[in-house]
Amino acid sequence: MSKKQKTHEPLFHIAKRDSLPWYYSWAIRIIAIILALMVSALLTLFLTDENPISIFSTMIDGAFGSSRRIWNLLQNIAILLCVSLALTPAFKMRFWNIGGEGQVLIGGLATAACMICLGGKIPNTLLILLMIISSIAAGAIWAVIPAIFKAKYNTNETLFTLMMNYVGIQLVSYFVNIWEVPKGSGTIGIINQTNQEGWLPVIGEYDYLLNVIVVLVITVLMYLYLKYSKHGYEISVVGESENTAKYIGINVKKVIIRTMLLSGAVCGIAGLLLVGGTNHTITTTTANNRGFTAIMVSWLAKFNPIYMIFTTFLLVFLERGANEISTVFRLNQSFSDIITGIILFFIIGSEFFINYQIKFHTRKEVK
Amino acid sequence: MVTSTAIITLIQRAILQGIPILYGSTGEILTEKSGNLNLGIPGIMYVGGISGVIGAFLYEESLRDGGTVNAFLAVFIPMICTIIGSLLMGLIYCFLTVTLRANQNVTGLAMTTFGVGFGNFFGASLVSLTDSDIPSVALTKTSAYFRVTLPFAETTGWFGKVFLSYGFMTYLAIIIAVLCAIFLKRTKGGLHLRAVGENPATADAAGINVERSKYLATCIGSIIAGLGGLFYVMDYANGVWSNEGFGDRGWLAIALVIFAIWKPDFAIFGSILFGGLYIVYLFIPGLALSTQELFKMLPYIVTIIVLIIVSARNKRENQPPGYLGLPYFREER
Repeated sequence: MSKKQKTHEPLFHIAKRDSLPWYYSWAIRIIAIILALMVSALLTLFLTDENPISIFSTMIDGAFGSSRRIWNLLQNIAILLCVSLALTPAFKMRFWNIGGEGQVLIGGLATAACMICLGGKIPNTLLILLMIISSIAAGAIWAVIPAIFKAKYNTNETLFTLMMNYVGIQLVSYFVNIWEVPKGSGTIGIINQTNQEGWLPVIGEYDYLLNVIVVLVITVLMYLYLKYSKHGYEISVVGESENTAKYIGINVKKVIIRTMLLSGAVCGIAGLLLVGGTNHTITTTTANNRGFTAIMVSWLAKFNPIYMIFTTFLLVFLERGANEISTVFRLNQSFSDIITGIILFFIIGSEFFINYQIKFHTRKEVK
Repeated sequence: MVTSTAIITLIQRAILQGIPILYGSTGEILTEKSGNLNLGIPGIMYVGGISGVIGAFLYEESLRDGGTVNAFLAVFIPMICTIIGSLLMGLIYCFLTVTLRANQNVTGLAMTTFGVGFGNFFGASLVSLTDSDIPSVALTKTSAYFRVTLPFAETTGWFGKVFLSYGFMTYLAIIIAVLCAIFLKRTKGGLHLRAVGENPATADAAGINVERSKYLATCIGSIIAGLGGLFYVMDYANGVWSNEGFGDRGWLAIALVIFAIWKPDFAIFGSILFGGLYIVYLFIPGLALSTQELFKMLPYIVTIIVLIIVSARNKRENQPPGYLGLPYFREER
């Protein structure tokens, strides 16, 4: 007999997978979602004593139950998709723009400022034009500040953009206090309710159709931009390796600043659609955490604008469905956050099984 | 006129505001030193707070038939619940980011969504879920034990007010921060942890167990952060849970990490300064409501300025950990 083998042999090891066929990876994701829904149903069951079937049918009813609900769903998908598209070029460049919340709010604030200060004083077409320009500019400025410092001093962009959110929220809060109607209410109320100055036009009788169309156009443009333009190519190279980018003569600083300008500008458009096309008012919660949810949407879709339509749909559906559960079964509204959280955990975890495989070791005879 | 009483009150309130942030950022510093950027801290602090509330609530409910409150249990039960709650959150984060190598930002944000929802949900439905007949969650009996001040606080004038007039968790926060500072700066374990955050591949080669370090640092960090939530409810808010009451203090804690350039001992002073900045508008007479909102920006603006200065000066000892936010996979080098 030879000496006993002393090295510790692990039971399994983990290796990176080659790319999986798309149906395989989606099957893993769907299994994860089903598991997550089962856990959520168990939790709901525990809290309400309803049977799981009625819980799921309530969710579906909440999302699709009436034409008003479907339009609401579409509207929420459109806005969330818009913010996700905005963040995507930055993420592809590995620039963690988690300041979407602030950029959307500032875009909305610029829109509201135009509507309040200029409404009725200039022709409506000119007003809307100004709203578009100012919201895009405001979003872009809010996003480019961290980008400039990232390019110049390599300042940590995750933390910088995060802080900019709260500066933005307080700025909105300041203006809400200044513009409040009626005085002392702490809210602005519907802006230009009587003459509808600066309200984005309604197509036919569908309030939200314009938003949906605008976002669809942005989706296609963003897809083309990232996939087929020179800029999109440069973004991918910088994201893969900054050193490679420098070596082949890409001006990394320029790409960072340009991409963040774009990212902020599209966030600004989301703000415009929210304030000018949907709510006709602004509060500190107008963006409703979409700046953060969009990060997950974009990441789950692997930064692909077309997949993003599905991931947005999934998250919005869950949110509306869980909202309906909490209303129907008289649970607190925050219940939907718990459900969303659980489902996200499962989806995030499932990525591992898509990217890696576990190889079990079969013990070999040692002679 | 700014009087000395006003200054003493300002300091006192600044400390009370600062302590939850200090807990959060001490926990986050420990976590970030292992290379994990845990953006779930706000959620963890909510979970920590509500777990303690649930513990205290069940304890008070069990005493409704005429039992007396035991001082030890009144403190011990909420505390152990908080520790378990926030530890579980830390484990979820570690399992997803370390074992399953998920993206840290995405995981952290999902944790915050979950945690804030968890806190608000149970905070609002605790009463109805347990079929209790009291109108709302007000844990005054247990809270009283969290708020016992040091002796002589009343009799030593300004000194007592500034230094002695707090519950034990205030001093605990400072002790934990000092211990963390010593651990990171002076011990071998701290050196190893910093090595993992700076460059896990090198640490791995040196024989440090990277996964275990990350798990330990993040879970202990989560527990510390969770205690911040407990302090907020049981001490600062007198045991009264109000939804969204905790506000954005979790994000302020993350801001404070940067402000303190990843040093827990700096965070002690930083937290008091942040607490002061958070409420200074209350002490400036004649401020319009709108201007007050601008003042609430101060902690964030100060953080941004520090972030810029630190990166512009580019001094090595003041930088974020080298692998902050990046996953480590041994076979991917």
